[in-house]
Amino acid sequence: MTAAVETGLTATIHGDRVSLLRVLGPAHVWALGVGIVLVGEFTGWNFAADKGGALAALIVCWIVGLLYTSVAMIDSEVTSTVAAAGGQYAQAKHIVGPLMAFNVALFLVFAYTMLEVSDAILLGDTIVAKAGVEGLTHNSFIAATIVVLAWLNYRGVLMTLNVNFVITAIAYVSIVILFFSVSPWTQGAVLKLNELVTPGNALPYGWIGVIAAFQFGIWYYLGIEGTTQAAEEVRSPARSLPYGTMAGMITLLIAAAMTWYVCASLMPWEYLGITYYPLWDAGKLTGSPLLENLLFIATLLAALASANGCINDAARAWFSLGRDRYLPSWFSAVHPKYRTPYRSILFLLPIALAFAFIADLNQAITFSILSGVLQYTFMSINIMMFRKKWPLGSIRRGYTHPFHPLPAIVLFCLCMVTFFAIFLGFGSQLIAMTVFYFLISLWFHFYRYKFVRRGDQFSMPWPKPQGY
Amino acid sequence: MSRYIPPEQSKAGQIFDIAVVVVAIFVALWLPLKLGLAGAAKSIDPLDAKTWDALGQNATMASIWEKLGYTPETAHDIIQNRFHYIIDWPTLIIMAIVLVAYFVFLFRASDREYREVINEKFDDK
Repeated sequence: MTAAVETGLTATIHGDRVSLLRVLGPAHVWALGVGIVLVGEFTGWNFAADKGGALAALIVCWIVGLLYTSVAMIDSEVTSTVAAAGGQYAQAKHIVGPLMAFNVALFLVFAYTMLEVSDAILLGDTIVAKAGVEGLTHNSFIAATIVVLAWLNYRGVLMTLNVNFVITAIAYVSIVILFFSVSPWTQGAVLKLNELVTPGNALPYGWIGVIAAFQFGIWYYLGIEGTTQAAEEVRSPARSLPYGTMAGMITLLIAAAMTWYVCASLMPWEYLGITYYPLWDAGKLTGSPLLENLLFIATLLAALASANGCINDAARAWFSLGRDRYLPSWFSAVHPKYRTPYRSILFLLPIALAFAFIADLNQAITFSILSGVLQYTFMSINIMMFRKKWPLGSIRRGYTHPFHPLPAIVLFCLCMVTFFAIFLGFGSQLIAMTVFYFLISLWFHFYRYKFVRRGDQFSMPWPKPQGY
Repeated sequence: MSRYIPPEQSKAGQIFDIAVVVVAIFVALWLPLKLGLAGAAKSIDPLDAKTWDALGQNATMASIWEKLGYTPETAHDIIQNRFHYIIDWPTLIIMAIVLVAYFVFLFRASDREYREVINEKFDDK
């Protein structure tokens, strides 16, 4: 996300228009998506085992993979057509309306900020666990992570996308190394799947546990849709976005399957469901110090890469709200020297810090998942409206996803199941978050919208939408 | 359609709006934590006999727990800490109503705003 933010600010500085640079290719798009998401393999997905057992975690890995494949297909079509910075925010502005865009930007900000909080907690807890020093708490590590990464983003992070690419690649390769080091083709030597996942404990809560596990199944892939944030920076949106996003999804599906197989074959589901670092634990349980240390470092790198991307994306969405006057225009300031949305970065910093100290890991993850699922629900309806307002052939699309409306229907249905899954265990949080979005929407529609310039909200060179 | 000219917002007004947003964020995210409404609805089903067998752990599982540094006593609260999936219908109905009402309002109000955007954008041409 980083170079995207660095270059992605469309603002007027000293009378000069700062334009976007189209410098990214499919590999960068892959790095954008996978960099944010891969931390999900290092922590979070395993809470699905807590909610439904080890087999439930595998079932949701596949079914939620289908949800995200639908997200990737839909997103690729809309974003390769609405090639504007802001991703889903820009899509909502052009297809549904300003209030929806306001909400979608908030979904993005909360999903990414709470993901950043989760990353920082993971990083702090991992270091504390490794140090094994009595009395050492994770607070200083959490604060240092959030503040240093915010500072990097403030200063400008032109190189960070390439750095994130390398970090992500190392973390991914560590999973592959772990997988092949435990002789996955042989049971009984290191892996003991059939002794740990038995007919008696595979689904300890039955099928209701499988549905409940959807909540944390989202964590396998949450954030892949962030690839769209770079829509204005890729050289060829029509080619790079679908290729990069789909390649990211395939990469993550493979990583998720390998991660589940190794972890479920190395530890009982009750422990797998509550540990904060399943892959590091898997490394320890192999008995190899090399693997243990590799997975320890990879856990830290994955958390850092993800948090860094999240700060960028959240600040970018917040900046966009200020730029369009959906929020006070004070937020739309660009740093005169570093060309970064520094006020948005600074504004979100204490919020992230506060929640890193008052929430625990699975609560922060739930906040993030909730905002993500609300966003996916929007996307399923958004693509229907997009096809209706501008049918195929009426405008030039960079990419047209196949089987419409099947992916949208699948996405919508799986979102409904996930809402129910969140209700099973975290219902109060879901209601509180939705009430918040409802109230803040009333505030926007009946008060804040008066500061918004109407016609400026539609910037694409398209014909008038059908039905208007 | 005449072009809508939005009012300029004063600095004090901007600060007030920022404060409103900050308060709303903290109320929405922090209040459920403070009231103990957030987090997993789990509880421990205690066992009198704290042995690996009583905890439903076979020899392989027991050896892994021990490798991780646990005894049957220390693993008891982890293994027996379970979700109890009882569907609370009134809460589920409230959740469904809140969600549906939210999305209906969102799309209807957005459409009203969108028509103003489209009218101004395309009537200017």
